[in-house]
Amino acid sequence: MRAAALRAPLGTRAVLMLVALTYVGVMLLLPLGAVLFEALRKGIGLWWAAISDPDARSAIRLTLIVAAISVPLNTVFGVAAAWAISKYNFAGKGLLVALIELPFSVSPVVSGLVFVMLFGANGWFGPWLEDQDIQIVFALPGLVLATVFVTFPYVARQLIPLMTVQGRAEEEAALTLGASGWRTFLRVTLPNIRFGLLYGVLLCNARAMGEFGAVSVVSGHIRGETNTMPLHVEVLYNDYNFVAAFSVASLLALLALVTLALKSALEWRYRAELEARR
Amino acid sequence: MQHAFTWTSDRTVPGARPRSFRLPGFGLTLGITLFWLSFIVLIPLSTVLARSWSGGWVHFLEAAGSARALAAYRLSFGVALLAAAANCLFGLIVAWVLVRYDFPAKRLFSAVIDLPFALPTAVAGIALTALYADTGLLGRPLAKLGIPVAYTPLGVFIALLFIGLPFVVRTLEPVIAELSREQEEAALTLGASRLQTFRRIVLPTLAPALATGFALAFARGAGEYGSVIFIAGNMPFHSEIAPLLIVTRLEEYDYSGAAAIATVMLGVSFVMLLVLNLLQRWRARRIG
Repeated sequence: MRAAALRAPLGTRAVLMLVALTYVGVMLLLPLGAVLFEALRKGIGLWWAAISDPDARSAIRLTLIVAAISVPLNTVFGVAAAWAISKYNFAGKGLLVALIELPFSVSPVVSGLVFVMLFGANGWFGPWLEDQDIQIVFALPGLVLATVFVTFPYVARQLIPLMTVQGRAEEEAALTLGASGWRTFLRVTLPNIRFGLLYGVLLCNARAMGEFGAVSVVSGHIRGETNTMPLHVEVLYNDYNFVAAFSVASLLALLALVTLALKSALEWRYRAELEARR
Repeated sequence: MQHAFTWTSDRTVPGARPRSFRLPGFGLTLGITLFWLSFIVLIPLSTVLARSWSGGWVHFLEAAGSARALAAYRLSFGVALLAAAANCLFGLIVAWVLVRYDFPAKRLFSAVIDLPFALPTAVAGIALTALYADTGLLGRPLAKLGIPVAYTPLGVFIALLFIGLPFVVRTLEPVIAELSREQEEAALTLGASRLQTFRRIVLPTLAPALATGFALAFARGAGEYGSVIFIAGNMPFHSEIAPLLIVTRLEEYDYSGAAAIATVMLGVSFVMLLVLNLLQRWRARRIG
């Protein structure tokens, strides 16, 4: 009776449901559908031709390489940062957490720009790098640096609240019983945070593979060499090669769907282990 | 995507007993954190600030305050504000429906909300352009009504609507779930109408979360690049966003010009970070 009294009348509920479903359908699902439709509208043969093209292949390879370097780097950093911030009290902790989250509010273009300013031909270290014959901007190191910048907070922000809630009692117990610091981390801490860690790595990877603005500034758009998948999509699109652009884009959309599916599965199954992030 | 931090270190670690017991690894982990943070984020960002001043005050003001740059800020920040506001309205409805109502495929619906976080921005950009171009599924009927979307500022708005929605929904969801239903019940029992109950009881409780969602969506939208440049048309003074102007300056090898505009964008980022921190405190006080 009380619950029923609190429920909005059927009319209100129907209208709100309709608005929510329509908005999400039109704003989110329709663009996703458009990618798949445009990719396959000229047949599966052209789709396959587009993604097996040598330039597309090299873009896929480069995207995988960049992610394979930057995600582990930020994972190690994220775990270290979360350990320091969640297990100890020290002055300036709040500021440190805020600075770790800073890349989230910086425009992707600025994130790429900073590395051009440092390592580009006119950058601070540009002339020196040229003398040493080291290329950072318009090459793989630049792509990795820009990707590391934009994916910097993902793992840390997932682990900090989780590990703060877990406290340090279990680690202290293990140490008291004679375990070494590393052993304590591997046997006690890691099992406690594994799903949170997985969650952070998943989101970090999705952003690393899909990043566009930051890598676009440092890449130089050299076909077959410094184009990641999102950049290859742009190049094809600007060439009016729409079917090929959407075909490569459909692979990225697939990556997004797999990420969402895994993320949702983690949330449903291990809600308790992830709960601390709320 | 919640910001759970404050400037001061008023967060204490449960069970922490300073000095009485030594948990190893503080030096190592804090060292790694500070090194990586400085190397990847702080030093690179400070070079942009330094570069923007390298030509002196006058040059900075000329580059950051040119008519073309001002038009670009107006578009980036103005449309980001409008889109964040629209997403507050629709995000509130979506979050409300997600928390309060039961319907088939609700989990799927919930998973879809995060699509803008997972879908690469360039993919979103070309997809939205395909839909809203005047030959597209949505663009054709809109163009017939005399509302061209693609290649106009309205296109920027559509892209930022797409990007911003999950920030509002995900911030509101946990707060709506924790709303005390007793207050609503009491208000209804005492004869308040549903609209009054919503305005006087529900909305004030949600206000801090709504403001946080708005700020997050705005901060993201103002700097957004990938999903916007395909649909925007990129005409100087008309549909050119500030991040694109930075790229243009860079391509002209005008480093200090690019850095000057980037400095303005960074300034806004810092202000938004500050605002989000203050909002976080406001929310913490509300919860008690």
